[in-house]
Amino acid sequence: MILSALFFYLFASICVASAFMVIAARNPVHSVLYLILAFVNAAGLFLLLGAEFLAMILVVVYVGAVAVLFLFVVMMLDVDFAELRQGFLQYLPIGGLVGIVFLAEILLVVGAWNIGPGIPNLVAAPIPASVTNTEAIGLVLYTRYLYFFQAAGLVLLVAMVGAIVLTLRHKENVKRQVIANQIARSKATAIEIRNVRPGQGLQG
Amino acid sequence: MTLPEFWTSYLWPLIIMVAQSVLLLVILLVAVAYILLADRKIWAAVQIRRGPNVVGPWGLLQSFADLLKFVFKEPVIPAGANKGVFLLAPLVSCVLALAAWAVIPVNAKWVIADINVGILYIFAISSLSVYGIIMAGWASNSKYPFLAALRSAAQMVSYEVSIGFVIITVLLCAGSLNLSAIVEAQNGKWGLLNWYWLPLLPMFVVFYVSALAETNRPPFDLVEAESELVAGFMVEYGSTPYLLFMLGEYVAISTMCAMGTILFLGGWLPPVPFPPFTWVPGVIWFTLKALFLFFLFAMAKAIVPRYRYDQLMRLGWKVFLPLSLAMVAIVATVLQFTGLAPK
Repeated sequence: MILSALFFYLFASICVASAFMVIAARNPVHSVLYLILAFVNAAGLFLLLGAEFLAMILVVVYVGAVAVLFLFVVMMLDVDFAELRQGFLQYLPIGGLVGIVFLAEILLVVGAWNIGPGIPNLVAAPIPASVTNTEAIGLVLYTRYLYFFQAAGLVLLVAMVGAIVLTLRHKENVKRQVIANQIARSKATAIEIRNVRPGQGLQG
Repeated sequence: MTLPEFWTSYLWPLIIMVAQSVLLLVILLVAVAYILLADRKIWAAVQIRRGPNVVGPWGLLQSFADLLKFVFKEPVIPAGANKGVFLLAPLVSCVLALAAWAVIPVNAKWVIADINVGILYIFAISSLSVYGIIMAGWASNSKYPFLAALRSAAQMVSYEVSIGFVIITVLLCAGSLNLSAIVEAQNGKWGLLNWYWLPLLPMFVVFYVSALAETNRPPFDLVEAESELVAGFMVEYGSTPYLLFMLGEYVAISTMCAMGTILFLGGWLPPVPFPPFTWVPGVIWFTLKALFLFFLFAMAKAIVPRYRYDQLMRLGWKVFLPLSLAMVAIVATVLQFTGLAPK
């Protein structure tokens, strides 16, 4: 118990500190790296809850894929960040407003969570010891929430098709590699064997 | 809490865990030193050269001489580099590569952390290793490492997708995410014909090629293609930081060999399940299988010419991705309708 509490405070404090550094760091690449640290520590918190499947998926999806794309984009932006920081403070009121609204909503959710009748039982619904966590998620996801799951997949597919449509350009006069032609080359069409006599070369 | 209670519940398990980890790390690092030498020797033998043969008998101490050489050199940090990230990058790639070995079972019950989602853990760790490369390329603050890092990161991300699908087909057959359970699922009276390399042969080939690409091995070593590029994302590195990159690379190769052994070659199971072979300890079989896979890696380096970058991307996205996706559907259908699916 002491050990898991210790690890909880370790993960939680690093998570909060690195989340703060995401917005406080001057260099945007450092911000993304702190974001990754925050994700990894959140995965550690999931592990402490016994949700090992979610923890691993969080690392694979968010850290292994999403954050890589963030990092790609941020690294390749050629922006003068010193200039960007001019007038940084004029956004403070609106940013603060969004933050306060968000905080209030979270408080409302957490408050309702505790107040609703029967909710405490749901919060503490234990996973049966015989079923592993991955199995438990699968059993719920593919039976009770099958339609929602499929709908989510469809939304992602539409987003993917949309992204491809937005970026696909058919340019004229672009030389392309035609792999089929390259593979179809044979020795007869590619090389010619000539008998070169010493001192005469290939002329004539 | 009394002191004896504290000893039995926290301190003693901690000591055992640390001792096991240190033992595994030492064996692993010595093994890496020798597979590095084996790699060079095999490469040399194919090209009818002698390979390293000066340090120690038959060059057996060459890797340790290289280690000392790297460690005693002066580390140079470029003036324009982002110092923290520059030094963090090799550490990240080395530590992540070593961390994957925590869940690999080398024999029945011989594993440091026998977790339920072992295969996902390895997948997560190997998807993290791309950060070592990106951080190194960016922090060097020079355009050659940067471009090499982008190239290499794109390559690793592409081939991770097909490795993910390969893992899914094996999981469908084994019915568990635990690595020990995956090995046990391949146990049967037909010995090596029960292992998954035979029923899932196309996926074994896809896994082998993707593992080559994922670890930046030839013929996919576009990161450091020495004839047309310089040394990829690690061009600004020297001495110990460079050593850490190289160590991480070879440990990642050994991890991939171990993973191939567990997923397709039946882990520690003997190839023929009757007495003279079942007497041999499982860890010997595991090592032999992993070394066989490493031999395949080394031979690919020696005999296959390097891919062009667009061919590499075409192979990953237009050949392996549809193939492995189709295999997931086919394997799932066959398992469902023949009743072979694990309960």
